[in-house]
Amino acid sequence: MRRIAFLAQAEILHIVRDRVLLAQVLVAPIIQLLILSNAATFEIRDTPIYVVDFDRTTASRAVVDRLGASGHFTVAGAAPSLDRADEALLAGTVTMAVVIPHDFEESLVKVGVASVELSVNGEKGSAAGIVQAYATQVLADYAQARSPTAPSPRIDVRVRGRYNPTLDYRDYMVPGILVALVTMVGTLLAAQNIAREKELGTLEQLNVTPITRGEFIVAKLLPFWVLGLLDLSLGLIVGRLVFDIPMRGSLLLLFGAAAVYLVVALAIGLWISALVETQQQAMFVTFFIVIIYLLMSGLFTPVDSMAPWAQVASQINPVRHFVTISRAVLMKGAGPAEIARPLLILAASAVVVLSVAVRQYRKRTV
Amino acid sequence: MTALIGLLRKEWFHILRDRRTLAVLLGLPAIQVVLFGYAIRTDVNDVRLGIVDPSPDHATLALRDRFAASGVFRIVATVPRLADLDALFQTGDVQQAVVFEPGFASRLAGSTPASLLVLSDATEPNTGSLLQAYALSVVEQYQRDLSPPMSSVRVQGRAWRADRPAVIVPQTRMRFNPTRESSNLFVPGLMAFVLTIISSLMTAISLTREKETGTMETLLVSPLRPWAIIVGKVAPYLVVGFASVVGVLVEARLVFGVPLRGSVLLLLGEGALYILVSLALGILVSASTSSQRVAMVVALLGTMLPNVLLSGFVFPVESMPAPLQVIANVVPGRWFVLIARGIMLKGIGLEYLWRETLILAAMAAVLLVASTRSFKERLV
Repeated sequence: MRRIAFLAQAEILHIVRDRVLLAQVLVAPIIQLLILSNAATFEIRDTPIYVVDFDRTTASRAVVDRLGASGHFTVAGAAPSLDRADEALLAGTVTMAVVIPHDFEESLVKVGVASVELSVNGEKGSAAGIVQAYATQVLADYAQARSPTAPSPRIDVRVRGRYNPTLDYRDYMVPGILVALVTMVGTLLAAQNIAREKELGTLEQLNVTPITRGEFIVAKLLPFWVLGLLDLSLGLIVGRLVFDIPMRGSLLLLFGAAAVYLVVALAIGLWISALVETQQQAMFVTFFIVIIYLLMSGLFTPVDSMAPWAQVASQINPVRHFVTISRAVLMKGAGPAEIARPLLILAASAVVVLSVAVRQYRKRTV
Repeated sequence: MTALIGLLRKEWFHILRDRRTLAVLLGLPAIQVVLFGYAIRTDVNDVRLGIVDPSPDHATLALRDRFAASGVFRIVATVPRLADLDALFQTGDVQQAVVFEPGFASRLAGSTPASLLVLSDATEPNTGSLLQAYALSVVEQYQRDLSPPMSSVRVQGRAWRADRPAVIVPQTRMRFNPTRESSNLFVPGLMAFVLTIISSLMTAISLTREKETGTMETLLVSPLRPWAIIVGKVAPYLVVGFASVVGVLVEARLVFGVPLRGSVLLLLGEGALYILVSLALGILVSASTSSQRVAMVVALLGTMLPNVLLSGFVFPVESMPAPLQVIANVVPGRWFVLIARGIMLKGIGLEYLWRETLILAAMAAVLLVASTRSFKERLV
């Protein structure tokens, strides 16, 4: 026990002394949190559109006005020329071209059915789908408003978004980004740190001391475990003060889950450090694994949208489970019973990965 | 010249010898293409729906059937009270709830409108609004099918046609990417990402390693000129970078059928221009640091993160707050992503892309001058 304390103390001194490391642990996460939560958004407002109005009637002008007044669009250009609209789409200055045919009002009055062409820049990915949905909604509203004789709706539908009624992207991203930060600190630092001892040859020195491998690993990982929890607290404070994110569940529960999750993250770092020879390799391999984990975690895009095999594969991804826990606790106010399943999977992963890592580590040093 | 060739060979051996790093450099982009193709999607389907129906009757059963038959929804729970769904919402087993009021059918037949609450999990805002739109369209369709007989009774003596609500049919064309395939969008960004890793990060690390191990001194007293040292150090990484990018392009084309509508030559040329910018950044980083660790952190925070986050690679630049949009303008990756997407998806050439190309060229010029100067200063 005393030996662990000494080694952990040495490790803490190392961390405190090393300015670069300290910056990596304390400053970088805050900057990342500030930039990421502002940059990582798929929100859509003021989409530039191009209007090609061949009809030029009260009806067509009313449609254009409605599009402009909806708050979703700004009319960036208008001319009765398809070529100009095409040009604007190609140059990327507008996201959608709205083409109103010359018989728009006439057919709307006579037949009651008229068409409008929406050319959306598919280059924008998911934004293109939402832009299209907004435009369709505006058109439907206009058609509705034009038919006062239509029967009043029999069903009064009210729509409510639960947990995020204002549809704020930051409320969604910050709890996820916190997970990414904790993962980076846990895995990258642990891998880099042990790889460095290897590279410098000081690992050999430790191996000839009476310290056991178990003690060594505990002493090495303990400071980073504490740092990870510290980073989480820092991130939560920034999230609360700067972004005013919701904290509906118990923070104690979140920290408890983080404590389990950090063991997994650190064990992965330990495993990587046992596999590599140099710091450079440690960094690249960690980078490789962490990027794949983050992309597959549902942090940026919902797990439900992934291909079926990818959804199954993501079950063994610890990041996915902690992202789920973090969002469930902070946004939905979930209690221990609701997060029991992901938490159990995390605990099981902790045991498995740690024992694999320790075994791997043993092989390398003997 | 022979000295330069010697340095090139030495550097090449370094790269080939370090199998793990090489595997990451070539393997990561290849795996990412697959991930972006299959895993990174935002379309919403197979929505887990919960039904709250305190008093089932023929109308609620009919509407429930409509939801089940729509193909988008799967009913996973039917309960009498909304509170019964709370835990399911929290675990994520239910994404949306349709809440009927008691006596739905009798109200529907009577004079007061029957009320219906659609409650969706809006944790992720875009999914939340898509879910709401899907549910609304199911209810609207049901209502439309209900109303003709009723309205013909209510409004007697009027022409049926005038009574019918007006309809505007939007004809949507998704230009450049009709199926909105995410791999089509990510491949251009992935190229920028790969080129940045290899050009900036690897160059910075390999130059600082020579410094850290003291072999830079040896190189300096050799007959090699400073420019030759830089060329010798960075040229092999260029080869690896180009190989990786061509690999990504071929894989994207063969596996996902990602289009390449414009000129390949122009794309490779713009790639070379972008590589110059990234290399210059890498040399700058290495000139201002002396340890590999610092170089890694600076290169990671200074080049990798901005190039991934602020380039429009994953998140659209238009959605960012104004200050970040301004910062994004000095990120070289932003311009390269625009160019690569333009060439690959839209098939446009320099007549549309001259502005972006000029900006990249200007960045390359400024950074190259700055980096050779900083390198020389270190040598003296």
